Amino acid sequence: MKNHAWRPLAVVIGAVALLLLVRANVVPSDFGVNGENFTYGFHRKGSIDDWKAVQIKYKGREYCRECHEEKVTENESSPHKVIECENCHGPAIEHPDNPEKLVVDRSRGLCLRCHAFLPYPQSHRSEMPAIDPDEHNPDQACADCHNPHNPNLEAM
Amino acid sequence: MSSSRRKFLKTAITGGIAASLPLSAFKLLSPAEVQASIGDDKVRWAFLIDIQKCVGCGFCVKACKLENEVPYDLPVSRTWVERYVVTKDGKSHIDSPEAGRDGYTSAKVRGDDIPPEEITKAFFVPKLCNQCEKPACVQVCPVGATYQTLDGVVLVDRKWCIGCGYCIMACPYGVRFFHPVYKTAEKCTFCYHRITKGLKSACVQACPFGARQLGNLKDHDDPVTHTIMTQRVGVLKAEYGTKPQAYYIGLDERVR
Ligand code: HEC
Ligand code: HEC
Ligand code: HEC
Ligand code: HEC
Repeated sequence: MKNHAWRPLAVVIGAVALLLLVRANVVPSDFGVNGENFTYGFHRKGSIDDWKAVQIKYKGREYCRECHEEKVTENESSPHKVIECENCHGPAIEHPDNPEKLVVDRSRGLCLRCHAFLPYPQSHRSEMPAIDPDEHNPDQACADCHNPHNPNLEAM
Repeated sequence: MSSSRRKFLKTAITGGIAASLPLSAFKLLSPAEVQASIGDDKVRWAFLIDIQKCVGCGFCVKACKLENEVPYDLPVSRTWVERYVVTKDGKSHIDSPEAGRDGYTSAKVRGDDIPPEEITKAFFVPKLCNQCEKPACVQVCPVGATYQTLDGVVLVDRKWCIGCGYCIMACPYGVRFFHPVYKTAEKCTFCYHRITKGLKSACVQACPFGARQLGNLKDHDDPVTHTIMTQRVGVLKAEYGTKPQAYYIGLDERVR
């Protein structure tokens, strides 16, 4: 009743203690049921703050107004007012500090995203003013003739 | 002498372990703590997609990838736009080149010319995480690295994820993938860093036609909630019982 019982028991207790010790040190203290229930809400609470801390890169049109007032007002009274500046110029991030300039993409592909004719009756696409890219001045940039910020056909 | 040294070592080690064991190691989870609040439980985010309004410009995919640092030129994306072209012979021609990132600029589907007179219906379907009310992906995580916030968004803890890929297999919608840089499971967060600051998600802001919208289901004055409650909307794969929270207007039976 002496050693053969106590020794293994001590080993077991030691193992459990070691396990708990390791668990206490490795598992972050904010781990727990932080959501609605155990099934869906068992996690490290700090992870939510990690996600909230992601940098915002798309600033929106109002941000541009401060420095590119002319472009913004021109755009606002045009058929292109629905398109965010950053869709065509890429995310502002910390522009004008970093990057100093945003992309100026003069490729036809940029405009063809919306204006290449596609015969899709159940989609708003079929209501867009459309051209056939192979027929409509194929070797020239769209911006040579159309103003991307205010593509007014009457003003051409 | 030798026996007393052993005894000393034994006591020292046991004592050391016992002393360094914090009480909290023995703590069990109490249900009372469950309500310890994170997020805001007056909010339940949901997504509304109007299929008819989508023109397939792909700006949403571009914005999502750049906003969320998803490698731009690798074949992974948190959101994508599918094209469905149904022809008179009853066939569906479906594609989503580069997840639709560069828009749809050609009538060719997977290299096939489809004559316009053969088309019975054709449309674009934006897809993203459905932020299910009962997310299968969360249930299967063996380490508690993915979870649902109180405002209903399913997130991945990149520091805790071991990259086993169970959740990627468990999602019936295929919205999860393995992040090539972080080597963890990756998914749409509804731009949690934006929506919690009162901004729109990057894809919603990028959409020129209002085909994508985000709303709060717990706010009955929210126009998106109003539409979901009063209009005919559908969800994807309802039969899986995950209660998806991305609602579609103008859904077709062919869209899965
Ligand atoms: C704080 C002022 C400021 C704000 C805000 C700002 N910009 Fe700029 N932007 C600049 C400056 C300065 C330049 C450099 C002009 C130059 O060198 O010709 C620049 C350059 C650019 C260029 C390149 C012009 C060229 O000729 O190459 C584009 C495109 C641009 N900005 C777009 C935007 C957009 C879109 C926004 C809104 C998201 C924006 N900017 C917000 C100051 C600003
Ligand atoms: C449909 C795509 C599109 C949108 C939307 C758009 N731009 Fe542009 N932007 C262009 C293109 C293309 C050019 C190049 C024009 C050229 O070379 O003549 C350009 C040029 C510029 C330039 C620099 C060159 C110049 O003409 O001085 C600035 C600055 C600029 N845009 C700002 C803006 C701002 C601010 C907005 C939002 C109000 C905006 N853009 C919206 C496509 C767009
Ligand atoms: C996000 C989709 C989109 C992109 C990209 C886009 N446009 Fe447009 N464009 C529109 C919309 C929407 C209208 C207005 C349609 C209407 O009035 O019903 C329009 C109208 C036009 C018109 C006709 C204007 C008129 O008076 O009828 C021209 C020309 C045009 N765009 C040229 C361009 C050029 C050039 C580019 C590339 C720099 C471009 N668009 C990129 C959506 C787009
Ligand atoms: C050489 C100048 C030139 C170039 C380059 C050019 N266009 Fe045009 N575009 C015109 C003219 C002129 C019109 C008006 C007359 C017409 O309908 O052909 C027009 C009309 C349009 C319209 C209105 C069609 C309609 O029926 O409402 C759209 C949309 C358009 N262009 C888009 C583009 C796009 C996109 C590109 C680039 C891929 C482009 N254009 C390149 C000169 C040009």
